[in-house]
Amino acid sequence: MELNRRNFLKTGSVAVAGSVFLPPLLQSCQNVPISEQMKFFLDHFEVTPQMLQKVIAAAMSKGGDYADLFFEHTTSGNLGLEDGKVNRAFSNIDYGVGIRVLKGDQTGFAYSEEVSLESMLNAAKLAANIADSKNSFSPPVTAEKVPANYYPIARKWEAVSVKDKVPFVQKINDKIFALDEKVIKVNAFMGDSTSYILFYNSEGRLSYDYRPMAHFGALCIMQRGQQIENAYAARSFRKGYEWLTDELVDELAREAVDRTNILFDATKPKAGEMPVVMGAGGSGILLHEAIGHTFEADFNRKGTSIFSDKMGKKVAENFINIIDDGTLENNRGSINIDDEGNEVQKTYLVKDGILNSYIHDRISANYYQVAPTGNGRRESFRNVPIPRMRATYMETGPHTRDDIFAAVEYGVYVDNFTNGQVQIGAGDFTFFVKSGYLIEKGKLTRPIKDINIIGNGPQALADITMAANDYLIDNGTWTCGKDGQSVPVTCGLPTVLVKKLTVGGTNA
Amino acid sequence: MKKEDKYSLAKWAIEHALKNGAQQASVSISDSRSSSIEVREQKIDKLEQAIQNNLTIRLFVDNKYSAHSTNRLKQQELARFIEEAIAGTRFLSEDEFRTLPDPELYYKGGGPELNVFDSRIDTIDPQKKIDLAFGVENEVFGKDERLISVTASYYDGMNGRVMVNSNGFEGDTASSYYGLYATVSVKGGDARPEAYWNENAIFFDRLKTEGIGAKALDRALKKFGQKKIASARMTMIVENVSAGRLLSPLIAALNGSAIQQKNSFLIDQLGQQVASEKLTLTDDPFIPGGRASRLFDGEGLASKKMAVFEKGVLKTYYIDTYYGKKLNMAPTTGGTSNLILETGDKNLEQLIASLDRGILVTGFNGGNSNGSTGDFSFGIDGFLIEKGQIVQPVSEMNITGNLKDLWMNLAETGNDFREDSSWRIPSLVFNQVDFSGI
Repeated sequence: MELNRRNFLKTGSVAVAGSVFLPPLLQSCQNVPISEQMKFFLDHFEVTPQMLQKVIAAAMSKGGDYADLFFEHTTSGNLGLEDGKVNRAFSNIDYGVGIRVLKGDQTGFAYSEEVSLESMLNAAKLAANIADSKNSFSPPVTAEKVPANYYPIARKWEAVSVKDKVPFVQKINDKIFALDEKVIKVNAFMGDSTSYILFYNSEGRLSYDYRPMAHFGALCIMQRGQQIENAYAARSFRKGYEWLTDELVDELAREAVDRTNILFDATKPKAGEMPVVMGAGGSGILLHEAIGHTFEADFNRKGTSIFSDKMGKKVAENFINIIDDGTLENNRGSINIDDEGNEVQKTYLVKDGILNSYIHDRISANYYQVAPTGNGRRESFRNVPIPRMRATYMETGPHTRDDIFAAVEYGVYVDNFTNGQVQIGAGDFTFFVKSGYLIEKGKLTRPIKDINIIGNGPQALADITMAANDYLIDNGTWTCGKDGQSVPVTCGLPTVLVKKLTVGGTNA
Repeated sequence: MKKEDKYSLAKWAIEHALKNGAQQASVSISDSRSSSIEVREQKIDKLEQAIQNNLTIRLFVDNKYSAHSTNRLKQQELARFIEEAIAGTRFLSEDEFRTLPDPELYYKGGGPELNVFDSRIDTIDPQKKIDLAFGVENEVFGKDERLISVTASYYDGMNGRVMVNSNGFEGDTASSYYGLYATVSVKGGDARPEAYWNENAIFFDRLKTEGIGAKALDRALKKFGQKKIASARMTMIVENVSAGRLLSPLIAALNGSAIQQKNSFLIDQLGQQVASEKLTLTDDPFIPGGRASRLFDGEGLASKKMAVFEKGVLKTYYIDTYYGKKLNMAPTTGGTSNLILETGDKNLEQLIASLDRGILVTGFNGGNSNGSTGDFSFGIDGFLIEKGQIVQPVSEMNITGNLKDLWMNLAETGNDFREDSSWRIPSLVFNQVDFSGI
């Protein structure tokens, strides 16, 4: 086992297609008022409110302050195209329940892949061990919490045959080859997943979520003379099968070809500090790395973040508002409830340039005595929830794109990224630029490629001196990693000017 | 799940797949157990226990291929799972290159004992694990006023796997691991440098339990006073624990899939000098107690010791059955086992002492490389060295270049690889590296 505690963000496709499994329906006992929807989820996991109460009582038996149960059933499927044919498919089923017990800010956690009462009670007893006192826990009154619906869909992936997905994957290949004769290879990928979530805690909150997710894209490999270059385009949403259209195929194919084409004449800039103009959209990686992770309250609670003592202080220009939002319709980073059963919100991290809120899970919200922000997320039932971002973006600023370019004598413009990373305590963050342009005397000149940019979070945030009126969310396949757990997120930004960052390059 | 039960379930799954239309199938069933204890501020912060099971089936149906996995292992559900998977596979395009390996190449038994499983794994007293984690924390907790947080953890686990291929392969593996980890944050001014250290072992008795917290604290304190320095082309020493980061894109470029998909900067380079003479790298699956030792690979191919680079000359690609057929090359293996990089005679201190001016890289911060061209750019953490002495921790620096040039400029290898790692790579010295700073 490798413990990976790096915090990173990457684009790129995550393995996800589906064989459908539906357990036999059970009749839920009803001594509490339960909606039809909730009854469906209880039946899905073959549990009753009485069983849930028994498991919670076992979890609380050693004197825990709080316990929760997180049931998950995820089916996912992937299709792949290589050498001109959709010639591979992958699917996965994951099923189980995670049981967590809190004592103050201490956590006991165990999970079971079987959802029988006996297996759950065993896991609950293991998790209970975090506490060590006798306790008489009286089961709470069960109260159903109806979740929001931020990702309405028309056609569920579970009901879609491989047969109906294959043509889109084939089309993107054919389209890319048709667009440019330099294309020598295409790798196309399409994946979807569906998660059923059921949640119950020691406060009696009973809730559920139905989480669809899909991604689609292609890697384009081109050759010009001896030079080979590649780039890809991909999108991801919490949408249903209706999302796959010929228009989407065309858009992605065009983008993959364009992104590859500019690499042939791209060079590396001269190494050093310079102004960096970040294009609208995927440049939101700057927010994710430079400040997003360092605003996660687990780091701040432990005092290990460079922003640990900056709450309420001015951290950026007045026109800067930075948001972490779990409510954007059909967005990859949205969730109807967080993985601790809490409502999800649009959270202002920075308001009018002032640090306004951290990103909280239950433990940290309790520590800071604030309301939960709906950021308690986990990769699956196998993991404990921790503070995680959702869609992180900056609102529109007062400048225009032209104003911003005009302000740069010599620098770089970047708008296509593959990955980023941050050191929470030092604040040093990086992001890797797949392609961009040099800016000379206010004009975009030569293309650049394959360079890492590094900066320091608080400094970079203070150094955002201009922001344009063209805010855009990037709907790529962003996946955020922290403590070995991956979760889907998105990011966004208007065009901004960062006064200076250190740009990788040559010293020749 | 008992090994015998895994074998009988795997054989049943194969039979069920063949009965329902697959011509070939491969089934692997694994189970793993793990536990971890994290301590902080003299209290247990997190206790985690896990047991998981998985079945993966690879299906070859009328020249069409798919792979499926599930953690629901009840036979009745699996039957339906396999039937649906076969039905779905029929909608794919044919791929003439997809088959199970040639049975001649399978491991057929009689290999050496690899010593990668500790049968004590289930018998370690939970209190002992907790004590070990606190032992790591206690090395530093309250010992330095600049310390703001130390988190220590103990973790252990085992993995057991059985694999059955329908054309005559059966094999099983079991491995165990134990580890201790410390992450430390210190404060000085605005910056809160962080560092970690860990020790791993396959056998509980061989787990190093001392010096972990202290080493993490020492590494964090050394980062105080990080400064940006000017861009320059300099010599770079990469500490052993980080050197794998520079080797991994080189290994990725040797992968059959990368070669066949034109996503490698080492296409058609077999037998060519692609790195400096200082690079001699061996893939050795038979090291007793090696973290990645194995008698057969993920497809069942019998393991072989292979030269990967000999004095900078490329000797092999990593070719599995599928890409072997596509490339018309003999399969070697689809992935690395233990990698051994030939050592020199100096330890890290001696390498530093012999450097007039350069950077010691102790960690990487993001960055990436371009598979088809070998261009790279990585953020680094480290120290400026002048006249054989560490003079200054540096911040916000990148290294940028091309991997081929970088490895051609490998000037020296240290003698200090870590035995608990499957990639046994010493500290490395590269000349002429482009650093970007102010």
